Amino acid sequence: MLEIRDLCFAVSEDEQKKEIIHDLSLTVENGKFVVITGPNGSGKSTLARLIMGIEKPISGQILFDGQDVTALGISERAKLGISFAFQQPVRFKGIRVQDLLRLAAGKNLSVSAACAYLSEVGLCARDYIDREINASLSGGELKRIEIATLLARHTKLSVFDEPEAGIDLWSFQNLIRIFEKMRGEIEDSSIIIISHQERILQIADEVVVLADGRIKQRGKPEELLPSLIGVTAPASICQKLQ
Amino acid sequence: MVKLDAIQKRLIEEIADLHAVPSGAYNFRANGELAGRNTTANIDIVSKSDGSGIDIRIKPGTKNESVHIPVVLSASGLKETVYNDFYIGEDCDVVIVAGCGIDNCGSQDSEHDGVHRFFVGKNARVKYVEKHYGSGDGMGKRILNPVTEAYMEEDSSMEMEMEQIKGVDSTQRTTLAELKAGAKLVVKERLMTHGSQHAESEYQINLNGAGATADVVSRSVARDDSSQTFNARITGNAPCSGHTECDSIIMDRGHILAIPSLEANDVDAMLVHEAAIGKIAGDQLVKLMTLGLSEQEAEEQIINGFLR
Repeated sequence: MLEIRDLCFAVSEDEQKKEIIHDLSLTVENGKFVVITGPNGSGKSTLARLIMGIEKPISGQILFDGQDVTALGISERAKLGISFAFQQPVRFKGIRVQDLLRLAAGKNLSVSAACAYLSEVGLCARDYIDREINASLSGGELKRIEIATLLARHTKLSVFDEPEAGIDLWSFQNLIRIFEKMRGEIEDSSIIIISHQERILQIADEVVVLADGRIKQRGKPEELLPSLIGVTAPASICQKLQ
Repeated sequence: MVKLDAIQKRLIEEIADLHAVPSGAYNFRANGELAGRNTTANIDIVSKSDGSGIDIRIKPGTKNESVHIPVVLSASGLKETVYNDFYIGEDCDVVIVAGCGIDNCGSQDSEHDGVHRFFVGKNARVKYVEKHYGSGDGMGKRILNPVTEAYMEEDSSMEMEMEQIKGVDSTQRTTLAELKAGAKLVVKERLMTHGSQHAESEYQINLNGAGATADVVSRSVARDDSSQTFNARITGNAPCSGHTECDSIIMDRGHILAIPSLEANDVDAMLVHEAAIGKIAGDQLVKLMTLGLSEQEAEEQIINGFLR
C-alpha cells in the first residue's frame, strides 16, 4: 500500500521558488489500478518521480507498506518493491534487451524466461533479445521493452509515466491489451498509471485528477469520465479565451 | 611443450581466454623467450633468422583454423620489440588471436612493442583479436606500443577486435592498412584508461582500390586522471567508402582528444566521420537504479555495455 501525506515539491526558477505539488495526500490500496490524469503541467509526472525517489519533496511523507521511504534513494525504494516506467525510455549503447531484463529480474534470467516477457508485450522475442537498447529501436519498441522490464521485476507497486506517449496507434492498441492483462493479474500488488488516454482511464479502479499540483477530483471512471471528456485541458483554455 | 608459471597462466587467461593449451597452431612467448609452439599441416610458424620475431604462414584455402600467439611478461625491467609477420594465403578463413599481458611487481618499467604485419591474400577472410592487459602493484610501468599493419589484396576481408581494458600505464597504438579493390576492413577498438595512464591510438587507412571499404569504430572510457588521444584518418584514393567513429565516456578528471580526419583523392570516395565525448548520462544511471542497482553498480553496467 502506498500512502502519500501532505507532499510538497518545488523547483527554483529564476531564483524564485515555484511550487509544483501542494500538500498532496493520496492512498493507493493493494490490488488497485489507479490512473492519475490532468492537464499538462499539473504535476502528474513529478508526482510519479517523487514516488520513485527520482525527485525529493520539500515536505511531506511517502509510506510504502507502512514504512516511511521519504528519505530513501531510488535504489532502496526499488529494492523494497517500487518500479517505474519512464515516459521516454532511456537508450544505452552496448546494453542488450536481455541484459536489461536480467538486471530487472535481479537474477540470472534464462533466455526463454526473458523471451516470455517480450512476448507478453507483443514483441517477437527472437528478433529483440540480442538487440542493443540504442537509437535503432523505435519509440514504440522502446516503450514495450520498458514495460517488459517492469513485468520482469514483478514488484508490489508499478508506476507508469505516460506509457502512451510517443507510440503509434497500432502499438497503442497492444498497450491497452497489456494493461488489461496486468489489471486482471494484479492480486495484492498495485499499479499507478499517469495517462491522458480515455481507454486507460476506463480500466482504472480509481481515477485521480490533478490540477495545479493538487487533487481536483477522484472517483470511479464511470463517475468522472463524462465530466472529464472534453472538459480537460483544451476546454479550460477555450474558456479562458472567452 | 608450454612452460608457464601461475602468474603467466593468469595473464594468458586474461588476454586470450585460454585455460589450457589451445588446439591448432600457437606460439607462446614468456619473458622474452619461446615457451611453446605448435604448427599444423596448414599453418607454419618459424622464428626469423635474426631472432627478432616469427613468420606465420597460412596455406591458401585454409579454413576454420586458428592461430594463438600470446605474449606474457612477468619479470620487471624487461623491454622487447617483436616483429611478427602473417602471410595469409588466398581464400583462407582463419582466426588469429594475439595479445600481451604484463605483470610488473618490480620497480623497473616493463615494455613490449609488438609489430604485427598481415599480408592478406585475395578473397581471404581474417578475424584478428588482440587483447592487452596489465597487472602488478610495483612502481615500474607497464608499457605496450603495438603496431598493426594490414596489406589487403583484392576482395579480402579483415575484422580486427582490439581491446585494452585494464592495467596498461602507457600505450601508443599505431594501425596502418592498405586496401586494394573490393577489400573490406572492420576495426572495433575498446579502450579504458584509469589512474594516470595515457593511451594514444592512431589509424591511417588507405582505400586504394575501387569498392574498398573501411569501418573503424573506437569506444573508450577515460577515468580518474587518465588521458587518451584518438587520431583516425581514412584516405580514399578510389571509388570507395569509409567510416570512422570515436565514441568516448569521460569520467572524473579524464582528458580525451578525438581527431577523426578524412582525405579524399577521388570524386567517388564516400567518407564519413563521427566523434562524440560525454559523461555517463544521468537518466541512464537513474533507469538502472530504478531496477535496484546502486549508483556504482549502474555505472559499471553502463561501462561494461559500452565497451562490449
